[in-house]
Amino acid sequence: MSKSSKSNRHVSRRTVLKGAAGAVGLAAGSGAITGFPYVHSADPKVLRYLGTAVNEGDEISKKCLEDTGIKIEYITATTDDVTKRVITQPNSFDVLDTEYFSLKKLVPSGNIFALDAKKIKEFDNITPVFTKGQLPNGKKIGEQGTAPWKVLYLEGANSKTFSKTPTEFVTLIPTVYNADTLGIRPDLIKRPISSWTELLNPEFKGKASILNIPSIGIMDAAMVVEASGQHKYTDKGNMTKAEIDLTMKIMTEAKKAGQFRAFWKDFNESVNLMASGETVIQSMWSPAVTKVRSMGIACTFQPLKEGYRSWASGFCVSKAVSGPKLDWAYEFVNWYLSGWAGAYLNRQGYYSAVLSTAKANMTADEWSYWMEGKAAVGDIKAPDGTILEKAGAKRDGGSYDDRMGAVACWNAVMDENDYMVRKWNEFIAA
Amino acid sequence: MNSSPLDAIQRTCRAKALGSRLGKSFFAITAIGPSMTQDRKTFVAWLQAAPMLLVFALFFLLPLLFVTIVSAWDYNEYEMIPAFSLRGYSDTFEGCIADLPNLCTILKTYLKTLKLCLLTWVLTLLIGFTVAYFLAFHVRSKTWQIVLTLLCTIPFWTSNVIRMIAWIPLLGRNGLVNRGLEGAGLIKQPLEWLLFSEFSVVLALVHLFTFFMVVPIFNSMIRIDKRLIEAAYDAGATGWQTLVNIIIPLAKPGIVIGSIFVITIVMGDFVTIGVMGGQQIASAGKIIEARLNALQFPAAAANAVILLGITILIISALTRVVDIRKEL
Repeated sequence: MSKSSKSNRHVSRRTVLKGAAGAVGLAAGSGAITGFPYVHSADPKVLRYLGTAVNEGDEISKKCLEDTGIKIEYITATTDDVTKRVITQPNSFDVLDTEYFSLKKLVPSGNIFALDAKKIKEFDNITPVFTKGQLPNGKKIGEQGTAPWKVLYLEGANSKTFSKTPTEFVTLIPTVYNADTLGIRPDLIKRPISSWTELLNPEFKGKASILNIPSIGIMDAAMVVEASGQHKYTDKGNMTKAEIDLTMKIMTEAKKAGQFRAFWKDFNESVNLMASGETVIQSMWSPAVTKVRSMGIACTFQPLKEGYRSWASGFCVSKAVSGPKLDWAYEFVNWYLSGWAGAYLNRQGYYSAVLSTAKANMTADEWSYWMEGKAAVGDIKAPDGTILEKAGAKRDGGSYDDRMGAVACWNAVMDENDYMVRKWNEFIAA
Repeated sequence: MNSSPLDAIQRTCRAKALGSRLGKSFFAITAIGPSMTQDRKTFVAWLQAAPMLLVFALFFLLPLLFVTIVSAWDYNEYEMIPAFSLRGYSDTFEGCIADLPNLCTILKTYLKTLKLCLLTWVLTLLIGFTVAYFLAFHVRSKTWQIVLTLLCTIPFWTSNVIRMIAWIPLLGRNGLVNRGLEGAGLIKQPLEWLLFSEFSVVLALVHLFTFFMVVPIFNSMIRIDKRLIEAAYDAGATGWQTLVNIIIPLAKPGIVIGSIFVITIVMGDFVTIGVMGGQQIASAGKIIEARLNALQFPAAAANAVILLGITILIISALTRVVDIRKEL
């Protein structure tokens, strides 16, 4: 430590001699890097939480501080930037909120700590969707793509290999997940929509949209291609080069024919496109549909016969975390699974990983609306108290079992990812 | 939104323009005086330039060197491998020969980017020149000149994202313009090309960047000796002749500096083109972003080096037309 502060002084002296103001900033910067570790033992319990804005609610951090005394400091980034940060700056966060498909990149980098399943109180109560790939009632669900149970366990504490059978070394403790499908404007389409093929139906020429995030967009594209009967994929989440070529060819033809109004990349863009009527059918995320609806505009998260594309995220811990901080991280994860946060997530239209604890924190009416697909008895409110649905409404797609049971594939990182990204660029340029 | 190395490229390109001016003052100083005092003066000059030089070396030359080195590395799913490989470059030009006579992705992308760049440049130049002319020659009071110049900064008062999203209610299918035209009975179907098209991209770029033309051109114009214009008038020149023979030649440095600003920004832009083009229009910056997001850093670096090369070519061609060092 004395060594680093000495070198700081040296830099400062030199810069003063040269009188360069810019270099003073550099000296200050290097001090921040080489200086004291971030947390002193006397400090309050603080965890730096890296993730996307989607799960970083103020209420969650407030409630967590109240219940556990752990202060959560959010570091917000986009999905891609979160991954970049884990790989390039593993010391810049403690707890990481990320998606399962990212693990194929994160785990080989060696920057992720294998969590001990025995220290997670509710681990055995985590829904079998994650651990076995089946619903609580035993029904198997789609396993194409990077399904969570394929990457949930490691072979050893320092292993970089995913274990096929359950071990006590867990990569990512699941927290939130959902089944995604197309969002539609029923008031403008005026007829039932039941298949992914409708995305490329010329009837909606100039009024369709798809995500411009290659790894997710290609999955939606694959759902469309398969639904139209043009190709049956062995695994939509792990295409061969020929399959990528075929998928992109079909999408390129549609693009050239003017099928798409725009592509979107950001939550708000998707809301704007739909709410303004620029598009009437598009890939969408559940809270975006809720947002459009809360503006008083009809919007349906349309269940389709080919099934859903699912995603799941959870917590992992940076390899740089140790000592008491590691205990806090376990404490935080345990708190998260203990019910309050789960109920909070369920009320937003997501699903929580431990269903039993979340149920205990929701009213019977809320549970039957969100999870059982039954008509709401009273008004359904968002976590912040605004009314989402009037009494009598039913959730799009129905119950948890109906929706999660119809999952066809999971967000994925393909073996041919590099090729896919190049082809995606070609598609955009076409 | 995303901030990326592109911003850095834009900044450095702008800085380049400054750098060449800096270089000029070196020559000016070193040229004067006999050798004894010249040494001292050179030393003082270097000392004066040292802070800038240091900042430049640390924050521009060094990172640029790293980018160039990384562009020749190999990579896998999650990391860069420091082994020599030109994969980043060869992937980029994939299909350029095989697909002939069709254009490959990279050529198509650059042609599109250049087209947008050219359109934006022509329009910002015309509008910027006109505004600067008005400010310099028609507004007499200095106070009003300052007030009106500040007014030109209005497009910068809100964030980039809000500014661009605000176009949707105006140009969208159910937007103000379409509603107005339909109400006036001029069109029956809403005009689709108003939004998420090359038109909207160029509109947004012109709206944003005309200011970068106005300021340097205005700066050149107010330094034109008013007596020259009076002399032209006395000699019987028409307004047009004065403009073409006196004002434009003397405003050239401003025009070139403004052009450098606009061209370097537009060449590297991917946010505006992305949002206004509905993500359906390719741009050189977009390719780099997609590569970065896929953690393919060497490929992104290779694309950045290509973009930098092309931008430098354009700028050097421009400075060949007008020697800024001589004109300033």
